Amino acid sequence: MNIGYYPGCALHGSSDDYEESLRACLRALDVQLQEIDEWICCGATAAHALNQKLSTALPARNLALAERGGFGEMLAPCPMCSMQLIKAQKALAGNEGLRREMSGIVELEVRGTTRVLNLIQVFEQVGLDRLKAALKSPLKSLSAACYYGCLLTRPPDVVEFDDCEQPRSMEAFLTALGAKTVDWSYRTECCGGGMTLASEETVLDLSHKILSNAAAHGANCLVVACPMCHVNLDMKQPDIERRYGVRHGLVIYYLSDVVGMALGLPESALGINRHFVGKA
Amino acid sequence: MNTANPLPQACATARVIEALAHTHLYDCYQCGKCTAGCPMAAQMDIAPNRLIRLLQLGRGREALDAQSIWQCVSCQTCATRCPKSVNCAGIMDALRQLSMEEGRVSPAQRRVMLFQKAFLDNIRRNGRLHELELIVQFKLAGFMHDRRFSLLFKDATLAPKLNKRKKLHLRGKKVRDRAVLRRIFARSMDHS
Repeated sequence: MNIGYYPGCALHGSSDDYEESLRACLRALDVQLQEIDEWICCGATAAHALNQKLSTALPARNLALAERGGFGEMLAPCPMCSMQLIKAQKALAGNEGLRREMSGIVELEVRGTTRVLNLIQVFEQVGLDRLKAALKSPLKSLSAACYYGCLLTRPPDVVEFDDCEQPRSMEAFLTALGAKTVDWSYRTECCGGGMTLASEETVLDLSHKILSNAAAHGANCLVVACPMCHVNLDMKQPDIERRYGVRHGLVIYYLSDVVGMALGLPESALGINRHFVGKA
Repeated sequence: MNTANPLPQACATARVIEALAHTHLYDCYQCGKCTAGCPMAAQMDIAPNRLIRLLQLGRGREALDAQSIWQCVSCQTCATRCPKSVNCAGIMDALRQLSMEEGRVSPAQRRVMLFQKAFLDNIRRNGRLHELELIVQFKLAGFMHDRRFSLLFKDATLAPKLNKRKKLHLRGKKVRDRAVLRRIFARSMDHS
């Protein structure tokens, strides 16, 4: 399988352990990623909070670049990026005037023909059967709380992925790979997203609630598919513990970490040794 | 869809917000589901459903001055659960944009706005976000705003921890054609 790849800024910044993980894991599954040449930032919350036109233009340029590269499908492993890309795509599809205006603004004809995929969808394309056939080390020690956060499933009319209140797509993989998954209440609650620097207290409060709920339901780790969720739950976990006087000690895995581990890849090849919270 | 406006003059802000957010404010019948699911509602001065009510009543200025529009974490829960498909999260975005453009950002929430501005400025120059540069830029802008040394140096101890995990990148990867970013920004921010 050969697909386009839109890393987004986080995966080339401090969340490059996520890129290391998914590249190693997908390589083992024979999925070839081809990075979109000259991709630019999707604008993220900053664009949609301050300028609506820009928050369509920046993703529109990336869609046009993906089309220029001839990609029918493109992986955007950050849910903020993938949501922004799909949102722009849908806005353009329903409005020819806007499509023309945006093509002018971004200096490339954009048609919106590339299908944007999140990481879970790429694993779904690989398929449970192939994963089970490649299984080398069942994840017997994991009691995982699958955490979806906001933008993998929201807004549902934009991303059209899984159930926005009771998602289960990650659980399907974890169970197939021998892990236990826990039922818990915070799977789609917000971790504070991009407020890590701008409003740290918000992130510490929301992420503390998520970690506490996961632990209360018997989880010994969380599985995420978002770089911002990982930053807030992993990197900020020591700050959360200090602020609330608790000990969570919950390892935060990317989905590609646990799939990779089940395929027999060493933790160092997946960048797991670069997380903040290690195994107890 | 009925969007008849009972107070045409006073509701000018509501009209601008509707256009920016592509939604119908007057569809809201105040069930409060947006606020019930909002993870930030408990800390907010004016909750999401009340912001919409203020706009409906032509009291848009109060909504633009609210702290809550900058406390919103854009989680999209409100818009997802609205039984009338009012895009509440989009309304929050539109309120932020207008609040900034009109210089009405609540002083207590100015840091959040400064962060988003620094973020946009960073990608305008580099094409992609350079985290270290963003942090420095944001810290300086925040310090110029409130002169709090504690916040200026607060995250300094994080640098060696990131470095140990090879997560600190001194040089960002920029795109080759950065001039096009400046043109895209100029065209997007041109209101004419």
